[in-house]
Amino acid sequence: MRDAMNRRQALALGTGAVVAATLSLRAGPARAAKNNSEEAIKAFTRGKEPVRGKVRLELPEIAENGNTVPMTVSVDVPMTEESFVEEVMIVAEGNPNPGVISFHFTPSSVAEANTRIRLAETQNVVAIARMNDGSVFSDVRQVKVTIGGCGG
Amino acid sequence: MTSRRDFLQIAAATAALVPSGWTRAFAQQRLTHDDLLAFEPMGNVTLVHLTDIHAQLRPVLFREPSTNLGVGEARGQVPHITGRATLDLYGIPGGSPLAHALTPEDYVALARSYGRMGGLDRIATVLDAIRAERGDKVLFLDGGDTWQNSYTSMLSKGQDMVDCMALLKPDAMTGHWEFTLGTDRVKEIVDGLGCPFLGQNVRDAEWNEPAFESTKMFERGGAKVAVIGQAFPYTPIANPRWMIANWSFGIREEDVQASVDKARKEGADLVVLLSHNGFDVDRKLASRVKGIDVVLTGHTHDALPQAVKVGNTLLIASGSHGKFLTRVDLDVRDGAVKGFRSKLIPIFSDVIAPQAAMAAKIQAIRAPHEAMLGEELGRTETLLYRRGNFNGTLDDMICDALLAEREAEIALSPGFRWGTTLLPGQPITREDVFNATAITYPAAYRTTMTGARLKEVLEDVADNLFNEDPYYQQGGDMVRVGGVSYAIDIARPAGQRISDLTLLRTGKPIEAGASYTVAGWASVNEGTEGPPIWDVVAAHVRRKGTVSPTPAQVTVRGA
Repeated sequence: MRDAMNRRQALALGTGAVVAATLSLRAGPARAAKNNSEEAIKAFTRGKEPVRGKVRLELPEIAENGNTVPMTVSVDVPMTEESFVEEVMIVAEGNPNPGVISFHFTPSSVAEANTRIRLAETQNVVAIARMNDGSVFSDVRQVKVTIGGCGG
Repeated sequence: MTSRRDFLQIAAATAALVPSGWTRAFAQQRLTHDDLLAFEPMGNVTLVHLTDIHAQLRPVLFREPSTNLGVGEARGQVPHITGRATLDLYGIPGGSPLAHALTPEDYVALARSYGRMGGLDRIATVLDAIRAERGDKVLFLDGGDTWQNSYTSMLSKGQDMVDCMALLKPDAMTGHWEFTLGTDRVKEIVDGLGCPFLGQNVRDAEWNEPAFESTKMFERGGAKVAVIGQAFPYTPIANPRWMIANWSFGIREEDVQASVDKARKEGADLVVLLSHNGFDVDRKLASRVKGIDVVLTGHTHDALPQAVKVGNTLLIASGSHGKFLTRVDLDVRDGAVKGFRSKLIPIFSDVIAPQAAMAAKIQAIRAPHEAMLGEELGRTETLLYRRGNFNGTLDDMICDALLAEREAEIALSPGFRWGTTLLPGQPITREDVFNATAITYPAAYRTTMTGARLKEVLEDVADNLFNEDPYYQQGGDMVRVGGVSYAIDIARPAGQRISDLTLLRTGKPIEAGASYTVAGWASVNEGTEGPPIWDVVAAHVRRKGTVSPTPAQVTVRGA
């Protein structure tokens, strides 16, 4: 697995995108995207509507520290020459910029990656996986970033 | 003090309905030690659950909440049913001992009749009786919030509780406030604890490796019983993260499932989750994780006289402050639960005799401090209690103290659910103040805050309590305020619940851009400065002589 950075790249993907149709990716009653994440996703999927499933995002429900939130993303795919995930893009809907990181994969590797991400506020984080056949899958998690301090 | 005779004198007419697990004699209010413990045994495994005693070694008064709102799917469901509705739901006669134990109905009069509840020496007596009856079938499990929030537990860094609990020989425990002792002290205690401290959801923050054992396998009554521990998932958010900087928590639902699957694979006939998640979190967890037979739930201090069933999982909620123990008998055969019977046993301290060994231990621990703790600082004119979603009169007193002693316009006091109750006319002792404030980060700070920031704080805490998804709830009550009034619509989304913030001193609306002087305590930030909150409260009570706290002004909508 090659772990290619990141925010810049995802941003680059975002530029020049056609205005996207609304994606039904909401995890919960969270707020609408604050940045151009929908465009970034559209560019990444080459206009395809992602299907929920196959890719799995693991994030805490509430961040212990918004500056460094542990994140794991995995894709349920054989990783053979015939069927593998090419790239997974992580998008944060509530950060100043949508792109967080992109992971590139090759066949025979393990389709899993983990890192720590920074989240400015409570928001949805979206993972989009693009397979070698061009099909796209998604997962979404809402992460709450809170002041905290008054638990029972 | 009341005696058994007093209970007889309060006896009312025979109740038509008798909740399951209760004898008719109890419903008729002829309360005896034997009635309290009466239980028709069943099966081959007995679980005994104690949780959230908050280091109260001796019997206490603890008034249950009048307001305990549920949101989303939990709306109108137990444990979000209070007072008269609780009595109706379970068919408990008004004015009965159980009515007093479970609700705030007619609290003052009934507290004077029925006396205090809890006391670790009384709990020892009940446990002895259950063990005498059930022998090697018994598993005694401590749900945590055991080592902190009294004076002696704070002074001894939890040692008093560790020593007393050792006499009770728990089979396992998990934790929450335990972690406010800091990483080193927790490790030191756990190393010599004598029972496993379980927490599948606590990891080394850097490497994500388990910080504690996840599961312990026991053999009871011929069955293999797996106990999985779940510490309070939001400890580093609700309490100071800097005290446990190298530990990371979280619900980690998928890991709970993995622990359950592993336990089953290793031959567990019964899988128990010893949890400090809070009731609504556990209810959701039980609906999503497959294969848990029993969740012994804690943290939110709910006392439920009957088990709640979610699919095939039983949820047991055993209250707080030592007021109750729950006994659950299970018939476990061929890797499955064939039947169960449970009872929430109220620990009426005037009915259950103290166990001598524990009583002596408690006395020895307290003796050097008894005179100081008993010192009367003043008196309360009104009932002082803490529990309830929006305000508690005890918190009103603390807010009054912060406003007066720290010369602030606005006071903030954390929505802790622990703290004992004082009756009208009762002296306020130093111990009473410690019972409401004894924490390891007690600095009473004074700061300036913009109106916008104040609203943000209230919104944030409100969402911790009223987010429709239980996994985003932290289980405390709403932060208490002094010097301001506000309205809250609990049904609205995050960031839009709080309105009408008004500064009481001027009667004018709080302005987003204006700065206000704010005093508070229990900040989770490292390096917070100020005198310990108990000194602030003690000084205030002394100065006033008799306190009659200013009631908080909160308008609640959307309930």
